Amino acid sequence: MAKKENNKTQPINTDIEEKEYSTLNLGPTHPATHGIFQNILKMDGEIIHEATPTVGYIHRAFEKLAERRPYNQITPITDRMNYCSSPINNLGWHMTVEKLCNITLPKRAQYMRVILMELARISDHLICNSVIGVDTGAMTGFLYIFQWREKIYDIYEDICGARLTTNIGRIGGFDKEWPETTWKKIQSFVDNYPKALQEFANLLERNKIFMDRTVNCGPISAEMAMSYSFTGPNLRAAGVDYDVRVMNPYSSYEDFKFDVPVGISGDTYDRFMVRQHEMWQSLEIIRQAMKNIPKDEPTHANVPDLLLPPKEEVYNNMEALIYHFKIVMGEMDVPKGEIYHAVEGGNGELGFYLISDGGRTPFRLHFRRPCFIYYQAYPEMIKGSMLSDAIITMSSMNVIAGELDA
Amino acid sequence: MSQDLLNKIQEQLNAKFPGALETAELPFDFVTFTINKDHTHDVLSFLKTDPELNFHFLTDLTGMQTADEKHLGVIYHLHNMYKNYRVRIKSFFPMDKPEIPTATDLWPAANWMERETYDFYGIRFKGHPNLKRILNVDEMDIFPMRKEYPLEDQSRDDKSDKMFGR
Repeated sequence: MAKKENNKTQPINTDIEEKEYSTLNLGPTHPATHGIFQNILKMDGEIIHEATPTVGYIHRAFEKLAERRPYNQITPITDRMNYCSSPINNLGWHMTVEKLCNITLPKRAQYMRVILMELARISDHLICNSVIGVDTGAMTGFLYIFQWREKIYDIYEDICGARLTTNIGRIGGFDKEWPETTWKKIQSFVDNYPKALQEFANLLERNKIFMDRTVNCGPISAEMAMSYSFTGPNLRAAGVDYDVRVMNPYSSYEDFKFDVPVGISGDTYDRFMVRQHEMWQSLEIIRQAMKNIPKDEPTHANVPDLLLPPKEEVYNNMEALIYHFKIVMGEMDVPKGEIYHAVEGGNGELGFYLISDGGRTPFRLHFRRPCFIYYQAYPEMIKGSMLSDAIITMSSMNVIAGELDA
Repeated sequence: MSQDLLNKIQEQLNAKFPGALETAELPFDFVTFTINKDHTHDVLSFLKTDPELNFHFLTDLTGMQTADEKHLGVIYHLHNMYKNYRVRIKSFFPMDKPEIPTATDLWPAANWMERETYDFYGIRFKGHPNLKRILNVDEMDIFPMRKEYPLEDQSRDDKSDKMFGR
């Protein structure tokens, strides 16, 4: 033992008391993350001490791609952002270009868009909510409710031929009238889905086990949520009634009567409940749209230079042939301008910031992707919680890899 | 309403920050200001903290390159949700010194958006806590959204830009 220099006592060696954290790699491909996300977690036992998210695993350079593509060809890019509700992305992009070109759609086309966007919202929320169920150990709801997403996808398929990456509609409206069977399918969905949704709600909403798992799990205050630029259901769950459909109505949303559900504590349960109520509201909007839709109006604006003419005209009419050729080759006359247009996507404010220099492609196109912006609050939200709570916090935030990485 | 808002903010900015305001426009009914890069942070801070304007929400932050490829810019979209005011703030700086103070001290949400902007345009946000690439790989040595990096392989001669885009 070393001899003491003077009479002062040595401080107690604290090194041996130091905590050791273990590092855990959650992801990039983990079945519980529902997408390609990596989180490097610093764990203290089962408590998360620190999380470092790594994103960008499926980055596909959409903004760069968009600078080389004519306006019509950008629609398929937008599909691949939030692939759980592609029609909202597609139609949001179309509305942006229409705003730039100063095109007003007939009411019928606008109502058709509203129906599609609300169906997409239902399918988005339905996936998110049933997956929260799966992550808390209730597989039944997911398996049961998923057939209704199939029915929504059948409706997309009727309209545009695709199910997931829809490329639905055109700049200027819809290229053709929807078939009679589609309207029947939508009606049948609106009539029959409430029963299934009610059963799903009965299964989870007041379920003791589910509530024990989700109440107070991953909460965020309204101030925090706003400073982190949360939008959509996640912000509303924290108690802020911000909805783009109400605040900056687009596509005739001002004609519809619906409520904006808000939560209180911004925890997983509130996010679940907000989405749950939004599905009811979406159904209500679809009902109103089906009832009030004008019957004898065209499905698109009169913009021959932007919207492909029908094939019989292309073969028999010189102007139609010229327009057809020009549109296919991407020769569209788009004015110069700078525009920001936002729609209420499945996850929040989906914005398109477009700078056009009058050329055939955008000069600059930026997508405001709600997921990318609010996912950065995730480490803060899960700090100090259990690993299993982190999983359901993530699924209740509805982080979609495609939208996050663009 | 947008015109009133434009006039109101323009007046206040001119009074508070002489020389900061470069242009004030209203493209598509969206209040847009171009601010001298030396004043950007002060103006943003003022817009956020002013009780009357109260732009408390950072909707979007992104970068761009001007058409002459000599300047880079940052574009902020701010939102006052209570009164539904929206404003767009732009700042430009030369390519050889792309630096601007960070907005992370005003809005934590700016963190990743600035990292994304840095990743794609190489704009350095002074004072950012963790300014590194976010979507691209760390080893990348270019800033891909700049116009000097074309999308496709330029050694190809079977595709003409005249026919297939820019």
